[in-house]
Amino acid sequence: MKMDPQTFRLTDSGNFGRNMLIMGVLGLVISFVGYVINQEQFFFSYLVAFAFWTTLGLGALFFLMLHHLTGAVWSVVLRRIIESLASSLPVMLVLFIPILLGMHSLYHWSHADVVASDPVLSQKAGYLNMTFFTIRTVVYFGIWFLLGLGLYKASRNQDGGHTDAIQARMRKLSAGGMILYAFSVSFAAFDWLMSLDPHWFSTIFGVYIFSGGFLIFLSFIVVFTTWLRQNGVLAGVITIEHNHDLGRLLFAFTVWWAYIAGSQYFLIWYGNLPEETHWFLDRWTGSWKPWSLFIITAHFAIPFFVLVFRASKRNAKILLSIAVLYFVMHWADLYWVVMPTLHKSGVKLSWMDLTTWLGVGGIFLSIFWRRYSAAPLIPVGDPNLQKSMDVVHL
Amino acid sequence: MSNLKIHGLLAEFADPHALINAAKAVRDAGYKTFDCHSPFPVHGMDQAMGMKRSSIGFIVAVFAFLGAVIGLGLQGWASTAAYPLVISGKPLFSWQAYIIITFALFVLFGAISAVLGMLRLNKLPRLHHPVFYSDRFKSASDDGFFVSIEASDTQFDAALTKTFLESIGGKNVEVLEGE
Repeated sequence: MKMDPQTFRLTDSGNFGRNMLIMGVLGLVISFVGYVINQEQFFFSYLVAFAFWTTLGLGALFFLMLHHLTGAVWSVVLRRIIESLASSLPVMLVLFIPILLGMHSLYHWSHADVVASDPVLSQKAGYLNMTFFTIRTVVYFGIWFLLGLGLYKASRNQDGGHTDAIQARMRKLSAGGMILYAFSVSFAAFDWLMSLDPHWFSTIFGVYIFSGGFLIFLSFIVVFTTWLRQNGVLAGVITIEHNHDLGRLLFAFTVWWAYIAGSQYFLIWYGNLPEETHWFLDRWTGSWKPWSLFIITAHFAIPFFVLVFRASKRNAKILLSIAVLYFVMHWADLYWVVMPTLHKSGVKLSWMDLTTWLGVGGIFLSIFWRRYSAAPLIPVGDPNLQKSMDVVHL
Repeated sequence: MSNLKIHGLLAEFADPHALINAAKAVRDAGYKTFDCHSPFPVHGMDQAMGMKRSSIGFIVAVFAFLGAVIGLGLQGWASTAAYPLVISGKPLFSWQAYIIITFALFVLFGAISAVLGMLRLNKLPRLHHPVFYSDRFKSASDDGFFVSIEASDTQFDAALTKTFLESIGGKNVEVLEGE
């Protein structure tokens, strides 16, 4: 991998894109074998993998809009990576097809006979039905497609020469986009994940999924930029100072995730209504109990006590380990949300959990890389670029 | 003059850039109790003066965790020992219910210790400082850039330090004299 230091374009984009595509195709092909062997397990594993990579893209889209709305300077050097992630989201709509095919395995409410004999589900049938579910998913992706691509295109125009009109456009898109984002992400989380248990409801659930997604996005940026620097790309541009900022956000959103997870649990615990508490009771049964405790420990306590120190945010290795930890923990968290629907008695890991994760991830990352490697690696037209490179924290 | 005490020396510099260089020179010369004064924050001044990072973070951490322990302990004690009362069939020690106040006291103690610790570390409140003996010093809130070296510094010597301040470009070097 080589970068031209004048244009910040890759002159040799290396094997990453190809490797990811191979990993993706292989992962999906092997997972298909799993589909033949055990359909139910395949669809549930696939849903976890799909949610993992989609929330990564969604975290990126949120950060991108926030960047434009706040007029952030430090993150300008990271912007092209973030734009490429956010504008790769539409590929997940194609990867959503297996979920549509597996609806009867995944979603209890998709069976007409079950709904007919269940008064609660019949009441919800106006919302929870297969046609409307599909339409909503297309609408969510439509919103994310327009926002991601709109912001990416504006940024590419800016590469040719900055004008105030471009900046105004990016801000306007972000302002409206932020509102659409909040609704679409929340409802997508309700539809895809919360409706696995169609009797259960939690209004904060969408925020919970979002908070995990933002953490995995930050972690991805830490891992990806570390890898870029190790390959000698952008080594003097994305520095320990940017790491420090990412570490601060990771720390803040570790607390935020715990706050949201705690709020969700707390209200349900306090109210003590059977139709709400059963969701947590399911996740406290058998080996789900240690799994729950594992999430509290490694998704909150460990990162909190590591990242609270300034020195660990400025230490590339420590920050990288926390970021890698989140790759495990975000998956474990989504697994904890999804899998108790299938494996009620306890955790039952399957090889398909891994292959679907690699498969969906490989496809998503190869698309991301195609986009990222085709343009200058930083937004060369941004008036704040130099300031962002020079950022120093006392 | 005999009842007046020498508190230190004050030297004026032309601009922020000169002030940074002066700070470095004073630091390199081995002075410890000196300060720089400017109408606005000068970027890079902390490093130039050789200042260590503030210990405020550790003060806040200690008090914040103390607050959390007090919050949790108080609620636990009240509902299990002082006034045990079963509420909505939940166990006496229902830690879930205590988290909010524990967290709130964590934040409260952290915030209060941050403010008080900051004042303490800045040696505030303080009603007077020797630099105010200088009439020229008023411009430090307008367009003046000053370095002051206090007499309490082990290296301080009224004559030698004055020569030193002049040698690094200090103008209008004044002796801060007062009661």
